[in-house]
Amino acid sequence: MMSDRRSSQDDDCSSLLSRLGSDSPRPRMKYGGMFCSVEGAFENKTLNFESFSPQTQRRRAARTRSDGNDGGAAGGRGEGQTMVFSSGHARENFGKREGDRLIIKGGKVVNDDQSFYADVYVEDGIIKQIGENLIVPSGVKTVDAYGQLVIPGGVDANTSLLAPQKGMNPTDDFYNGTRAALSGGTTTIIDHVLVEPGTSLLTAFDQWKETAEQRACCDFSLHLDITRWHDGLYEELESLIKDKGVNSFLFFMAYKDKYQSSDSQLYEAFGILRDLGAIAQVHAENGDIIDEEQKKLLCLGITGPEGHVLSHPEEVETEAVYRAITIAKQANCPLYVTKVMSKSAADVIAKARKKGIVVYGEPITASLATDGSHYWSKDWATAAAFVMSPPLNPDPSTPQYLISLLACGDLQVTSSAQASFSTAQKAVGKDDFTLIPEGTNGIEERMSVVWDRAVSTGKMDENEFVAVTSTNAAKLFNIYPRKGRIAVGSDADIVVWNPKETRTVSAETHNLTVEVNIFEGLEFRGVATVVICGGRVVFEDGKLNANEGTGRFVARKSFPDTVYKRIRARSKMAEARGVPRGNYDGPVHDVIGMTNSVPPTPTTRGPSCPKSLIAPRNLHRSGFTLSGAQVDDHIPRRSTQRIVAPPGGKSNITSLS
Amino acid sequence: MSGTGYHSRNSIPHLTSERLLIKGGRVVNDDQSVYADVYIEDGLIKQVGENLVVPGGVKVIEANGLMVIPGGIDVNTCLMKPYLGTQPLDDFLQGTKAALAGGTTMIIDHVTPEPGDSLLEAFEFWQEAADKKACCDYSLHVDIPQWNETVKDELELLVHDKGINSFQVYMAYKDVYQMSDSQLYEAFSFLKQLGAVVLVHAENGDLIAQEQRKILGMGITGPEGHPLSRPEELEAEAVFRAITLGNRVNCPVYITKVMSKSAADTVAQARRKGSVVFGEPITACLATDGSHYWSKNWAKAAAHVTSPPLSPDPTTPDHLHTLLACGDLQVVGSAHCTYSTSQKAIGKEDFTLIPEGTNGIEERMGFVWDKAVAMGKMDENQFVAVTSTNAAKIFNLYPRKGRIAVGSDADVVIWDPDSVKTITGKLQQSAAEFNIFEGMECRGGPALVLSQGRVVYEDGKLQVQQGTGRFIPRKHFPDLPYQRVKFRNQGVTRGMYDGPVHDVVPTPKYITPSPSAKSSPTSHQPPPIRNLHQSNFSLSGAQMDDNIPRRSGHRIVAPPGGRSNITSLG
Repeated sequence: MMSDRRSSQDDDCSSLLSRLGSDSPRPRMKYGGMFCSVEGAFENKTLNFESFSPQTQRRRAARTRSDGNDGGAAGGRGEGQTMVFSSGHARENFGKREGDRLIIKGGKVVNDDQSFYADVYVEDGIIKQIGENLIVPSGVKTVDAYGQLVIPGGVDANTSLLAPQKGMNPTDDFYNGTRAALSGGTTTIIDHVLVEPGTSLLTAFDQWKETAEQRACCDFSLHLDITRWHDGLYEELESLIKDKGVNSFLFFMAYKDKYQSSDSQLYEAFGILRDLGAIAQVHAENGDIIDEEQKKLLCLGITGPEGHVLSHPEEVETEAVYRAITIAKQANCPLYVTKVMSKSAADVIAKARKKGIVVYGEPITASLATDGSHYWSKDWATAAAFVMSPPLNPDPSTPQYLISLLACGDLQVTSSAQASFSTAQKAVGKDDFTLIPEGTNGIEERMSVVWDRAVSTGKMDENEFVAVTSTNAAKLFNIYPRKGRIAVGSDADIVVWNPKETRTVSAETHNLTVEVNIFEGLEFRGVATVVICGGRVVFEDGKLNANEGTGRFVARKSFPDTVYKRIRARSKMAEARGVPRGNYDGPVHDVIGMTNSVPPTPTTRGPSCPKSLIAPRNLHRSGFTLSGAQVDDHIPRRSTQRIVAPPGGKSNITSLS
Repeated sequence: MSGTGYHSRNSIPHLTSERLLIKGGRVVNDDQSVYADVYIEDGLIKQVGENLVVPGGVKVIEANGLMVIPGGIDVNTCLMKPYLGTQPLDDFLQGTKAALAGGTTMIIDHVTPEPGDSLLEAFEFWQEAADKKACCDYSLHVDIPQWNETVKDELELLVHDKGINSFQVYMAYKDVYQMSDSQLYEAFSFLKQLGAVVLVHAENGDLIAQEQRKILGMGITGPEGHPLSRPEELEAEAVFRAITLGNRVNCPVYITKVMSKSAADTVAQARRKGSVVFGEPITACLATDGSHYWSKNWAKAAAHVTSPPLSPDPTTPDHLHTLLACGDLQVVGSAHCTYSTSQKAIGKEDFTLIPEGTNGIEERMGFVWDKAVAMGKMDENQFVAVTSTNAAKIFNLYPRKGRIAVGSDADVVIWDPDSVKTITGKLQQSAAEFNIFEGMECRGGPALVLSQGRVVYEDGKLQVQQGTGRFIPRKHFPDLPYQRVKFRNQGVTRGMYDGPVHDVVPTPKYITPSPSAKSSPTSHQPPPIRNLHQSNFSLSGAQMDDNIPRRSGHRIVAPPGGRSNITSLG
């Protein structure tokens, strides 16, 4: 009896959880693009939510039954988890959440497709019920959300909490960083694993994962930054994508002689990523030009942080974005451009999307909230705090412009690109701006910035707000609908959002350890009042109550639907075909031995194809040849002189006069 | 080489005899059209106006109301570009004959040395050949096959002593001519200092190499592999990159062979943003499209092979004409470089080996008239601008060439807008057996062509003399491209940062064979200030406590003079 029930639970759990990935039949699929309406979005939203699917009902029944004997259920669930997430730590962490049962009452639930008034009941870190007049067990903690919005916790798709620069670790590591994230309403981060050239991808990944599991307070996932591409990486990539749950890889087009990849390398890598079902990300800046500009500026005697922005001009970013898109188009690989910092770069992405290219753009907190005028600040520490690549744009209209594109869907994801270095660390580059470690804060302010700049100003509605801060990222990186949506079965990462409250950013009060906040003194409307992460209230009344090490690694499957539906269809499209034509059997000009030119490289333009160089032997010609320039080189050789009449007479192909 | 001695011997004497009066024509320059007579003496235009007073015994040419326009300038020809040791069919004699027959009285040919060759020697080789053979005036661009230090000296010499002010660099032909972005940046900077115009062959060579490999791997070996491996995007991307580089260096950029709509649009947009960039479509892309690559006739398909390829989009010619008409593109070239079918057949089993080049030197002006002016897209003044004047201005030949004015060279064409002829390989001047425009009808053509004050083409007949063409030296810093190129300024003065500096852990933590600092070797890196509080014991590799955040407070050395006014540490 007991074992019976156990097995049925296992079944239910695993089937539910496996659905959460991507490719299962039920979850919402989009037809026709990210911003088109979701199929089934307007059915069964508020009223009969439980009957969302027959499986859900079954599962709920099982849950109520097992409520009596918690212990057994917990064990069973744990096992189910392990199967799916393949993370040993997940199980341990899960225990801590066991007790939490919450009901969020009176709020307006906002997803990316619609908003409705409903209560949300959370148990065991999962959203169990949504609707009005829910029947819940007694003794449940109530979170009051009257007059506020209940939104899915933010997903920050770009942080660097461990990546060292110039041998220095960021001041805010996984613990401080995720605490700040939670206090700002972000409940999932995707951090960049910076794999130094020559290091194994798997080793770096394991190091990051281990560190994060010990330190992170919220769920996390990982991107891998590939700094040196070679064919040998294929096995590692395959193992990361298939077994480790990584489906996104970043390549650098900047940092010459250090991390930079050439166009050929990018093309090869993109082709492999497409076959494996991953997303290619690029840091898009032309490293060659930057390198030259840096030399030039240092020669001119400009050593301060303004040299950074002068050596990383907007066009250099735009150019690289354009090139990356061209390469991705050729390789038919989805592309995600990290850190879109300028108007023209954003325009290039928008235009490419209009041409149907699968490309996504990510502006960051800093580029949405402030501009690059601070690089000219007389205060070195302030100027240096803004140093990041690509730099903030000196054009003060940039933030508004990026927000407009974000609102209309031309850009899709907001992230923070959080990487904070203390002033003393930044001061490593006090005599040479190229040595200043790059990175700004923004993990905590991200959601408020978007609300204040986009929603309060009327550019964006609350559903789009949820889309750009959470849902789109979850969809692109294949953690939807587990993350990025308030729905039965999703993780209980929920934020109660107060659109009216304001807060003023200051380094004194923020949750990071870095001493300079680049948003110092700015006031933002829209604040997270309660943050629930994994079913636990971690932020309430301005107090953080986060536990180190509670964050779980979220594995991400390959072939995210949002991205790969179109790519797959295009791959299937008829490939280019040759023209069936009779063999050319006309005369072929003799190629004189290439003694004429000195170059050691072969003069053929393409990959050398030696067989075609062997022209039919011309018996009329003697074996005597002259090398070098000849006296009569300038006399035109009419082709007739060298034509060997084909033995079978004139062919039908040539039309020699 | 004593070029100048040559010319005086060759050209001047027989010119003195010629005195001509062109009567009753409408003189069309790029800015205006006026009814006027033109009097020519000694190869120069001596008078322009009505009721001219001229000496007796002057030969009078009746223009009968036809247009009198400055002779065309074809800025892109390759009449001696070797391919695997073979020469193009049309050399300087055949090529310039064809040019004159089409109303073009000056060409600028590309000197194409192989990597490793001396630019100077190549230049002299070209000049010598052209002096012997050319029938019209010519000048030379020099292509830079690879970038290195020795090239720099030669470039300087070419600009200052030889009268060359334009050099071509390649973004395609990987492992042969292709330059990296860094090299391009250096080349642009250097050429800018010299006051030269940078010509760019814009295609992304890296991606082309990859695509070629892929397409050969798919078993496609015919000429259709050529456009398949060089899609339009790769051209547009490279154009965009070249313009970006040009903007960064603040150097004029001239894109040779704008073949596709998107590349042309990129040029147009950049100009709208103020970039100093010029675009040159060629005869082939203005008159035909890339559908012929799929022809069943191998010889025909191969004849169209040129790089960048003709775009398969049939609306391309129309679009390019529109941009030419509105000034977004400036110059029409021909990229004339013909190989016989048997030469093309070198690549019969591998399209990457087909020598590249199409004809177009003779048809160039006719097609612009036919497709732009006769269609009402362009007026006659703009016609003169794109076929002649703009090129003269960009390459610093103006007003000697490209204008009908007193003192200009007497390269004059009487243009008949109503003549119709059908293009065919049988009747052309070019030696090539295949004309890619075969069978097309073309309205507008020269009725009479004067080169250096001599009638060289009349009533469909050429009367040319081999070797009459002169080399026209061109000065550096042409006004049109260089006027706008200015210096820009920068810099903020601030007090020295004297706050605390974080200690850098002596780096070699990771194995990077390449220099890890992003900075240049030229920048002197100041040695880090020695922190006496720190022991010299250090651990290498990842440490157990790497994950503990190091509050900056731990390591701050209070500066001896107390807190500075600069730092604002909380």
